[in-house]
Amino acid sequence: MRQTRVVRNIWLGIENLLLHKLRSFLTMLGVVFGVGSVVAMLSVGEGASKHALDQIRKLGSNNIIITSMKSAEEEQASTSHAHMSVYGLTYEDHRRLTSSFANIRQVAPAKLMRKDSRLRERAMELRVVGATSEWFHLVPRDLVAGRIILPADQEQRAPVAVLTEFGARKLLATENTIGQTLRIGGNQFEVIGIIKSESGQAGNIQIPDQDIDVYIPLEVAQRYFGDIFAKRTAGSDERERVELHQIIIQVDDPKNAEMVGAGIERMLGMFHKKKDYAVSIPLALLKQAEATKRTFNIVLGSIAGISLLVGGIGIMNIMLASVTERTREIGIRRAIGAKRKQIVFQFLIETVVLSTTGGLIGLGLGVLIPLLITHFSNMPTVITANGIFLPLFVSMAIGIVFGIYPALNAARVDPIIALRHE
Amino acid sequence: MSAVSLPKNGREIVKLEDAWKIYQMGTEDVKALRGVNVTFEKGDFWAIMGPSGSGKSTMMNVLGCLDRLSSGAYYLDGKDVSRLDDDSLSELRLRYLGFIFQSFNLIPQLTVQRNIELPLYYLGWDAVRSAQRAKELAEQVGLGDRLGHRPTELSGGQMQRVAIARALTNDPQVIFADEPTGNLDTATGVQIMDVLVKLNEQGKTVVMVTHEPDIAAYAHRRLHMIDGNIDRIEEGTRVTAVHPAGFGPRKELGTPAVSPVEGIAAAHRDAPRAAHEA
Repeated sequence: MRQTRVVRNIWLGIENLLLHKLRSFLTMLGVVFGVGSVVAMLSVGEGASKHALDQIRKLGSNNIIITSMKSAEEEQASTSHAHMSVYGLTYEDHRRLTSSFANIRQVAPAKLMRKDSRLRERAMELRVVGATSEWFHLVPRDLVAGRIILPADQEQRAPVAVLTEFGARKLLATENTIGQTLRIGGNQFEVIGIIKSESGQAGNIQIPDQDIDVYIPLEVAQRYFGDIFAKRTAGSDERERVELHQIIIQVDDPKNAEMVGAGIERMLGMFHKKKDYAVSIPLALLKQAEATKRTFNIVLGSIAGISLLVGGIGIMNIMLASVTERTREIGIRRAIGAKRKQIVFQFLIETVVLSTTGGLIGLGLGVLIPLLITHFSNMPTVITANGIFLPLFVSMAIGIVFGIYPALNAARVDPIIALRHE
Repeated sequence: MSAVSLPKNGREIVKLEDAWKIYQMGTEDVKALRGVNVTFEKGDFWAIMGPSGSGKSTMMNVLGCLDRLSSGAYYLDGKDVSRLDDDSLSELRLRYLGFIFQSFNLIPQLTVQRNIELPLYYLGWDAVRSAQRAKELAEQVGLGDRLGHRPTELSGGQMQRVAIARALTNDPQVIFADEPTGNLDTATGVQIMDVLVKLNEQGKTVVMVTHEPDIAAYAHRRLHMIDGNIDRIEEGTRVTAVHPAGFGPRKELGTPAVSPVEGIAAAHRDAPRAAHEA
């Protein structure tokens, strides 16, 4: 019986709201926009941060990535002609890294360069990655055809090449291309495999896996192409000497990543006169991104809180007016035998119905907006269960919090005075 | 099931003993009731009369369990209800009392049916039984075809009949009518009084506040109040339920059975004894 009374009270509340449709609608607008903006903002924020977190996660939580970077001094010096910049990670760094840390499981060095390449009649510039077999373990990619670079290829200095799917397609390479000759910068390589391409860019870390990469053994790259690269920028010929462009390190456990990262930083600091490298730890970035997300959520929460507070005050205001307007009705109900708590309950339910209806409309709005955003701007948006139920729950709570005072006011009405109320 | 109930045994339905009601109006005390002693028996039809400020409304509110005495005792069907809390008084009103008001006091946004059902809602009846009961009552007051209408679509007389139907929903022990014809024209007022008289004839106790002698003449007993106490009590029905001409009651019938002075004396005499019995 208790339950049916609640249900009947809800119906009564809905009926009363339908009685003043425009007023009810205007009253709930505050909550509509409050909830709507919260849901929309949460889903946009969630989408953005999920995108970033996914990218970082792709780099591996137990990986450390060291990238060669021109130091600030070198950057200035390179403006003069005929200057050769010498910077970055060295083969010696690679050797030291491999031998000095107990927690390091694998080290994958890479040399990056752009070379004109030709497969039969098709010619294009490819990005050549001189890598070791470890590379394929640290940056795993599915094989489309053939095989990856093996330690034997490195030992034998075998001129073999692994294409990425996208680049392969551009060169019109198929499974049948395996075993054919690919010319890279005038040297002949045997195509031994094609791997899936997955372009990934996250913040300022670039992993050398662009669409048109071709992988060759590091030793072969070193022997054929050397360490000196000519770069043509803004009319001046610029040359630079870089031994390794990137080293990816895998530690045995993600919880050691930051510790090892700090150790590497210290070790490199001892051997490099200038800071011509950058150590980035995806896990640390992940933590940072998550912290940023938390801050973002707090800011969103505050905005949401304020807008819902304003909405709630709007509802309370109207409910107080409604109680005054319906003093007589309250008096009648009390005279007939309604207890104070039943009057409280009636008005409270009415307010909750009002705010929850507003919440539902707002939810519809808040779900629609991210869909439109994704549809028109390709920005990823994610609607989580939390993003739906929390605002709904909050709008219900607003009804209770802001409804209780008007409801208590209603119950305080003296039936004797109320019945004389005109 | 109910927290408060009446024994329903005695002949006396309403009994005030040395009833005082003192209001605080600013800094001044207003003594609305000054030691009233009176007893109404079951099946009676009482009219409470008096000039404004005489305390008749206060008396009505106290008897109707809408207000509490400052001191003294109020026995409703033999039970002292003067010390009950708000919830218990609400419960009493819900189960044992019915109210009819001068301004009808229907809830405008509810249909006739929902207005009549209102007490049943608080009594916890289910919707089907409530609707059935509302229909019966509406038919009883001649509004069986108006169940879906809103009060604003009805005439004054019809509204008052809806109010009477609502007052009857809980099969009350006492019907309190506060100037039931005050907002009606004479002919309609007579019709309403006929309904009340009929209800009284069916055994309902009716207590009515009015300042119109014509209307008060329908009652068996007329209690005249002045300055917060009983001035005199008149007895004798002077009118019957049916008025062929549809005009006011015939005043030539009946004479007061008790003189004013005797009335007060009797009320005072009875009071202490009743207190001992209780």
